[in-house]
Amino acid sequence: MDTILTLVARLGRATLALIRAAGSLALFAFEGLSHIVRPPFYGRVFLSSFMETGFFSLPVVALTALFSGGVIALQSYTGFAQYHVQSAIAGIVVLAVTRELGPVLAGLMVAGRVGAAMAAQIGTMRVTDQIDALTTLSTNPMKYLVAPRLLAGLIALPLLVLVADVLGVAGGFTVCVMKLGFSPQAYITATLNSLKAIDVTVGLVKAALFGFLIALMGCYYGYNSKGGAEGVGSATTAAVVVASILLLAFDYLLTDLFFSQ
Amino acid sequence: MSMTPSTHPKIRIRDLHKSFGTKKVLDGITLDVPQGTSFVIIGGSGSGKSVLLRCILGLITPDSGSIEIDGENILTVSDKRREALRSEIGMLFQNAALFDSLPVWENVTFGLLARKRLSRKDARAHAGSILAQVGLDPSVGELYPSELSGGMQKRVGLARAIAATPNILFFDEPTTGLDPIMGAVIDGLIVDCVKKLGSTAIAITHDMASAQRIGDEAAMLYKGQLIWQGPATSLMNSGNPMVDQFTHGRREGPISMELRK
Repeated sequence: MDTILTLVARLGRATLALIRAAGSLALFAFEGLSHIVRPPFYGRVFLSSFMETGFFSLPVVALTALFSGGVIALQSYTGFAQYHVQSAIAGIVVLAVTRELGPVLAGLMVAGRVGAAMAAQIGTMRVTDQIDALTTLSTNPMKYLVAPRLLAGLIALPLLVLVADVLGVAGGFTVCVMKLGFSPQAYITATLNSLKAIDVTVGLVKAALFGFLIALMGCYYGYNSKGGAEGVGSATTAAVVVASILLLAFDYLLTDLFFSQ
Repeated sequence: MSMTPSTHPKIRIRDLHKSFGTKKVLDGITLDVPQGTSFVIIGGSGSGKSVLLRCILGLITPDSGSIEIDGENILTVSDKRREALRSEIGMLFQNAALFDSLPVWENVTFGLLARKRLSRKDARAHAGSILAQVGLDPSVGELYPSELSGGMQKRVGLARAIAATPNILFFDEPTTGLDPIMGAVIDGLIVDCVKKLGSTAIAITHDMASAQRIGDEAAMLYKGQLIWQGPATSLMNSGNPMVDQFTHGRREGPISMELRK
């Protein structure tokens, strides 16, 4: 009986902790979002976050998209050639890239690169009293540190995904034309025939949500970090892991919402 | 009945309590700091000194009690009013808490820029004159905090604290981590700045030499309670056995260190 009670108590405590964490995250997100639309605005911090999230992530996202597009083309070819439906490869590549690979791979790459950096920066500021110093200098840390980063994530990731879409298709095109002997004109025609506006649009909507989630997790875990270097390390790990899991979960939910019928 | 500033202390604390979980950190603190006084609070690590300072700054909310600045209870005023009151306070943090990502001149004028009291162009020139007041060459303004020694960082922290000519100054262990000569230099700068601005100052420290150099009045915190208050000149011969043990650094006495045997 005691064992059962202990188990139930533990389960209850864990559930309460989970609800508390979800509530705290939701309040943090709401407060951060509310500061995006309320002055004063910190344009310099936004610009710096935007460059860090968008511009400096370009090489890693571009290379990931290029190689992924090529891999999809190669893998599709090995399967489709058996049934003589190689003509479908261009459509497969463009749909896979715009609907899924572009936003998901760009999101995961940015989560690893930028989400971790945000958590480490803000976490270090927290444990070295820099966030308290902001408060004493009449500056709201949520407005100065969090809101510009959330906005940067929200705007930069869709732009990155647009680049990833183009380069992913280019990767597939390069493999099909240079290695598999496809006609360039036929490949481009098949790509354009398969592509619908909704595919790109949904990919960009996903990207905006992923960008927001990555920045939110980086800021949330950094802002609440404690315990010196070890605390900052844990915050950084948690920011990347939770952002990556949430990103994949929301990817499924949005795919189900837009493409399930 | 309204009270005139001359009869009312600048900072008035009544029955302040704060606990973290089951640990009582402040246990009924009552304290008056008259206008223009340099007040030093001494006490061992974990005695509640930093928490008291953070409560006055509004960085930590106490469980009960009141904190008045110029007769206004900062715990009950609106956020906007609290921010306005906070803008009259300058704070030198223990580790200076300079913003790593900003050059020194922007660190020094951060509060002025945040309150839009200066343009960025004027701020750079203004930072030079403030840096000169703390004995630093204006060219230091172009460096980043990571390029400065510990003593220089403390001076920049002091420059940031006095930049907006506050009428209250807080110093959190201003000489910790500095060699004795640099400690004396920082203390001298603190005394000069406080005199020049005519500010009311509270410094917390466990450096007795520093306490006597900075303070007019002194008090000792022990286990969250104020156990002694008197002139800073009588710190070394207070007549209170606990204060005497602490100020002379004696192992034996009424204060027992909780060490595991």
